[in-house]
Amino acid sequence: MARVIVDVMLKPEILDPQGQAIARALPRLGFSGVSGVRQGKRFELELDGPADEAALSDVRKMAETLLANTVIEDFSIRVEE
Amino acid sequence: MSAARVGVVTFPGTLDDQDAARAVRLAGAEAVPLWHADHDLKGVDAVFLPGGFSYGDYLRCGAISRFSPLMTELIPAAQAGLPVLGTCNGFQILCEAHLLPGALTRNEGLHYICRDQRIRVESTRTAWTADFADGQEIVLPIKHGEGRYVADAATLAALEGEGRVVFRYAGGNPNGSLNDIAGITNEAGNIVGLMPHPEHAVEDLTGAPSVDGRGFFTSILKRLVNA
Repeated sequence: MARVIVDVMLKPEILDPQGQAIARALPRLGFSGVSGVRQGKRFELELDGPADEAALSDVRKMAETLLANTVIEDFSIRVEE
Repeated sequence: MSAARVGVVTFPGTLDDQDAARAVRLAGAEAVPLWHADHDLKGVDAVFLPGGFSYGDYLRCGAISRFSPLMTELIPAAQAGLPVLGTCNGFQILCEAHLLPGALTRNEGLHYICRDQRIRVESTRTAWTADFADGQEIVLPIKHGEGRYVADAATLAALEGEGRVVFRYAGGNPNGSLNDIAGITNEAGNIVGLMPHPEHAVEDLTGAPSVDGRGFFTSILKRLVNA
């Protein structure tokens, strides 16, 4: 049993109006020192078995096929300890 | 001769299928309801993918609908030349299915936009726009929160170079779409996707800003009759 985390982020060149809105809200709330915000998605996948090479290869396929739209998004995969 | 048969797809969360079916009938064709969970295109001559919020826009707009049983039939049929028109969520589904390049992302100004919009017809070489004139300006309703068309520089250059930008916003870009793109087509010209809503602009009775949407349906009917 393992938990695998897939983080999905808009590619750097893709405009992120949500992140921009958050960045603009921070100073209004008295927070300073943040020059930019990008918003992404985090998926937590509970695997039936261990996070071995085969399982991670499957997760990669899941990410490419469904979790991320690789036209506009990048993803990264990691196993949660 | 029997009437041309245009399929209208309904997913869970589709909103515009009834208007689309009505527009198809007004043009003189038979509207054939297609259900997302069926592996069956019912032998239709063309397909309309209407707008709405299929699967609640969960994950990404169109990301889940794109894998529905109906789409597994539609994707190869469209690649083989079946005329397909996707409006709004239908356009998003076509991009998620990679039948059209690029993607639709959150509007630049974050607002959901609902208004009448001027659009310039940039290509009349598609199955769905032959009845317009090149450069013609039409007015159609738009209503979307995620209509900002994006694609990488190479794709944009190819779309522009091959005349595959079919519609551009005129009189101001409502959503930050790259190159003011409102709609595009594939290489063959049988698949067209656009954010505006022709199916909402076919009858004066409904308070539509125009009846310019009729041109989509008369275009496809002529194509099917002459096929």
